[in-house]
Amino acid sequence: MQWDTEFAISILPRLMEGVVVTIQATLLGSLVAFTLGLLLAIGRMVSRPILSQCLYWGGEFIRRTPLLVQLYFLFYLLPEIGIVLSPLVAGVIGIGLHYSTYTAEVYRAGIENVDRGQWEAARALNYPPTQTWTKVIIPQAVPPMIPALANYLITMFKETPLLSAITVIELMNSAEIVANQTYRYIEPITMVGLFFLAVSIPSVLLSQWLENRFARRD
Amino acid sequence: MDTLIEFSPVLIKGTLTTILLTLGGSAVALVMAFITGLTRLSRHWYLRVIATIYLEIFRGTSALVQLFWIFFVLPFLGVTLEPMTAGIMAIGLNMGSYGSEVVRGAVLSVDRGQREACVALNYTRFQTMRYVILPQAIPVMLPTFGNQGIELLKLTSVVSLITISDLTFSAQLVRTATGLTLEPFLAILIIYFILSSCIVQLVKLLEKRVARGRGAPVGKGAV
Repeated sequence: MQWDTEFAISILPRLMEGVVVTIQATLLGSLVAFTLGLLLAIGRMVSRPILSQCLYWGGEFIRRTPLLVQLYFLFYLLPEIGIVLSPLVAGVIGIGLHYSTYTAEVYRAGIENVDRGQWEAARALNYPPTQTWTKVIIPQAVPPMIPALANYLITMFKETPLLSAITVIELMNSAEIVANQTYRYIEPITMVGLFFLAVSIPSVLLSQWLENRFARRD
Repeated sequence: MDTLIEFSPVLIKGTLTTILLTLGGSAVALVMAFITGLTRLSRHWYLRVIATIYLEIFRGTSALVQLFWIFFVLPFLGVTLEPMTAGIMAIGLNMGSYGSEVVRGAVLSVDRGQREACVALNYTRFQTMRYVILPQAIPVMLPTFGNQGIELLKLTSVVSLITISDLTFSAQLVRTATGLTLEPFLAILIIYFILSSCIVQLVKLLEKRVARGRGAPVGKGAV
C-alpha cells in the first residue's frame, strides 16, 4: 500500500475536528495542572508536617503510576459513585491532576529560590500571609519557572492521545476511526505524527527562547 | 478481595509482562541514548543531522502515535513485528530520544581541562571518551536516568492498547470478566507504585556506589 496524497487531503477536515479537541484538552488540562500544582506546592509549605507528608506521598503516588491507568480509574470509577462526567472532562481532570504533581515541583523549586531576605522584609513590613505570597513571593518566583512550565505544557500536549483510550475523539481517535472505516492506516496515523511534529518543533525553539528570556535572569 | 485473589494469576502474569517490557525498553533506550547522545557531539555534520532527526521525530511526537505507527503502519510497508517487539521498540526509541539529551548534557558537563589533558597525553578520541569522559559523565546521568526509568515504566501501560497483556491490560480483563472497577485498577496502581519505588531505590543505591567509588559529587535528584 502506498501513500495517497489525495486520500490524505480528503480526510484532513475530519482530522481537524480532532485537532480542536486535542487543543481544548491541552489548554484545559494545563490550566488544571498549573493551578492545582501551585496549590499543592504552597499547601506543602504552609501546612503541618503530617499533612505535608500526606501531600508529598499523595503526589508521589500519582507521579509514579501511569496516566493511562489513572484515566481509566477516573473514567470507570466516577460514574459508579454517581459522578457522570463527559470523557473529555474526565480526561482533563486526569491530565491536570497527573501533571500538577510535576508542576508542583517546579513551583516548589521556584519558591525556594526566592531569597530569604524577601520573606523577612515582608514580615518586617507586617504583610499578612496572603499579601506576602501574592505581592512579594509569587511575582518574583514565577518568571524563572516559565520555561519549565512551558515544557510541561508541550508534554501534556503530547500526552493527549492517551485520551483516545477513554473514548475522547481527539486527533488520535479521529485518525483511528478514519483508519477503521477505510482500512487505510498509513495516511491517518502518519498525519497525526506530522501534526505533532509541526507543533512541537517550533515549540522547542520557543522554549529555548523562553529559557534565554526568563530562566537566566539573576 | 476474593475476586482479586481468584484473578491474581492474571495480575501476576501482567506484572511480569510489564517488567519484561520495562527491561527490554530500558535496554533499547540506553543503547539509543548513548549512540544518539554521542553522535550529536560528532565531528561529522551528517552524523549530527541524522541523530538530530531521530531525536526530534521521537521526542516531538507522542509515544502512542509512534507505537501505532510501528504496529499498524509498518506492516503496510512490509515490516511486520510481533506486538511485544513493536512495544519494546516504540518504548525504547521514544525514551532513548529523551535519554540522548541526558547523555549529551552530562558529557558536555565534564570539565574542559579533562579533554585538554587527554590531548596532552595523546589519547585517541575513543580512549578519551572511554577512560576519561564517560566515567565522569555517567554519575551525572544517574539521577535523571532514574526519573526516566519511572517514566519508561509508566509508558509501558500504553502497549495495552495494542493488545499486549501487560498489567494495565490484565486490569481491563478483570474488569470485563467481573464488572469490578475499583479493585483491579487500585490493585494495579499499587503494583505500579511498588515497581516505580523499586526503581527509585535501585538508582539511589547505584548513586551511592558510584559516589563511594570515586568521591564524585552526587547530583541531587532532578524533578
